[in-house]
Amino acid sequence: MAKRIEASNVSSYYGSFKAIDGISMTVEPKTITALIGPSGCGKSTFLRSINRMHEVLPGARIEGRLTIDDQNIYDSDVDVTAVRRMIGMVFQRPNPFPTMSIYENVVAGLKLNGVKKKSLLDDAAERSLKAANLWDEVKDRLNRPGAGLSGGQQQRLCIARTIAVEPQVVLMDEPCSALDPISTLAIEDLMFKLKDRFTIIIVTHNMQQAARVSDRTGFFSIDKTGEPGRLIEYDDTQKIFSNPTEKKTEDYITGRFG
Amino acid sequence: MGDDPSRSADANAGGPVVTTSHSRAAGGGVPPTPLDGPPLGGGGGLPRKARFSMETGFRGLSTAAGAMVLVIIIAIAIFLVSKAVPALNANTENFLSYKTWFPNDAEPKFGIAALAFGTVLTSVIALLVAVPIALGIALFLSHYAPKRLATPLGFVIDLLAAVPSVVFGLWGRDVFLNPVRDFSVWLNTYFGWVPIFGGDGPFGRSILLGSLVLAIMVLPIVTSLSREVFQQTPAMNEEAALALGATKWEMIRTTVLPYGKPGVIAAVMLGLGRALGETIALALTLGTVFEISFNVIENGGNSIAANIANTFGEANATGRGALIASGLVLFAITLVVNMAARAIIYRRREFRDSAA
Repeated sequence: MAKRIEASNVSSYYGSFKAIDGISMTVEPKTITALIGPSGCGKSTFLRSINRMHEVLPGARIEGRLTIDDQNIYDSDVDVTAVRRMIGMVFQRPNPFPTMSIYENVVAGLKLNGVKKKSLLDDAAERSLKAANLWDEVKDRLNRPGAGLSGGQQQRLCIARTIAVEPQVVLMDEPCSALDPISTLAIEDLMFKLKDRFTIIIVTHNMQQAARVSDRTGFFSIDKTGEPGRLIEYDDTQKIFSNPTEKKTEDYITGRFG
Repeated sequence: MGDDPSRSADANAGGPVVTTSHSRAAGGGVPPTPLDGPPLGGGGGLPRKARFSMETGFRGLSTAAGAMVLVIIIAIAIFLVSKAVPALNANTENFLSYKTWFPNDAEPKFGIAALAFGTVLTSVIALLVAVPIALGIALFLSHYAPKRLATPLGFVIDLLAAVPSVVFGLWGRDVFLNPVRDFSVWLNTYFGWVPIFGGDGPFGRSILLGSLVLAIMVLPIVTSLSREVFQQTPAMNEEAALALGATKWEMIRTTVLPYGKPGVIAAVMLGLGRALGETIALALTLGTVFEISFNVIENGGNSIAANIANTFGEANATGRGALIASGLVLFAITLVVNMAARAIIYRRREFRDSAA
């Protein structure tokens, strides 16, 4: 249920602007990897390169090699929709489909993939909502609008929607930055639980969060605006936050960053 | 966030260090105001509020503007009804079911049935033709065309909406008539067994011609408004669909179309409003026949607005009253259609309000 992601020398561009330069890292199955770093350093760009959401923007492209269990994600004969089903994504702001009910939101991905049988959809909806720790809060109002939930519930709904299609890897792009501390904790607890089944990569601005949830941490940084972001250090979370090798990493995690 | 010391022991250095560097003595860092005189925030006591201010004036003006709409509508309604009632009283036939129009005779005989039927039929056919094409164009412009192409193309479509209807009418009567007639003959030859394509001719100045001209006139309105609402689909919802493994068309189906549906309905209603009320283009293209027939290719057809344009010139007092009565029926039709559309939009309103 979980696969290894390997990036070697990945650079991503927006038109002629190089956003990240030569990122190489390996993400092991069933681990949580946190990507930290200042704004604009390319964490999100790298994350979006992994499930080929980067190329949705006009002019965006990547160089280098990204593989999932040794299969090249960017091979010319790879179906991009299959990549995105295999590598799900949770976004910074909760984005349930506004015209759909809670139930419809959860099964949206399954319906897109041709699952029509009501019993299968019902099962998947219940299973995913339970996995997302949301079932007890919404089981009596599955037909209410998904956008009517609180921010934290919406984000868990989006996580349920993502894991309903049974991906191998779940990417999370600052999933808690729009949430209050209690909802954040709920999502973090959820991440521990999901680790048993999925490979999780999370971008976060919250260093305590990175320290709390992740097994491995990657620190991204840029020299100055306009320069591409680079992976400065990538190691066990414990090591990054207690005894980082790089001076830049230490400066950043202790708040002495530029 | 959730400073659980046991779990964030390694990272707590980030918190206190940063906050102390930002703390400052109360007011110490704020420079004094550079303005002469008392500070803008007010130095002394609280001043009294002005009794008559711009605020009161603007509120009065906007209230008056709002009230004026009501006054105008009521005045128009009173005028129309007062003109229509005497003519309706003089009518020797049933206004709702009688089909022809002789209001100027000594014994006025007139009815709305054929006119109302023609109005609705031409508009419905026009929408059936125009809406699918308009939605296709709108989606192409909003989601498929490269920006370099979409911008000028959208501009051309908007330009089409600005062409006066009399131009469309003349073009329909003198130019478009020929291909439509040929097409009608072809339809009649091969599909004559279908009642709507039956008859022995002559063909051409028919419901089909009027409807197609109307469709062309409605097209830019529906396209333009639909494109606007499609473009407003939140990017984060489109991305959510793509990230679930949707193809572009699936993404459009799951996010763009449902999100745009109320807007599209509104656009179609505006188009229908234009089609129902269209006067001169139909007066020039329809066959001016007072009959209720579903045959769309034979010379024939008429509409309320076209009839007003065609017969107002030679109408006497009763004739004018009769035409005004027909105008009231047209108004009623538009009203019913609009209310039906609103009912559709409001039905799933909670799904939209909560999305905001």
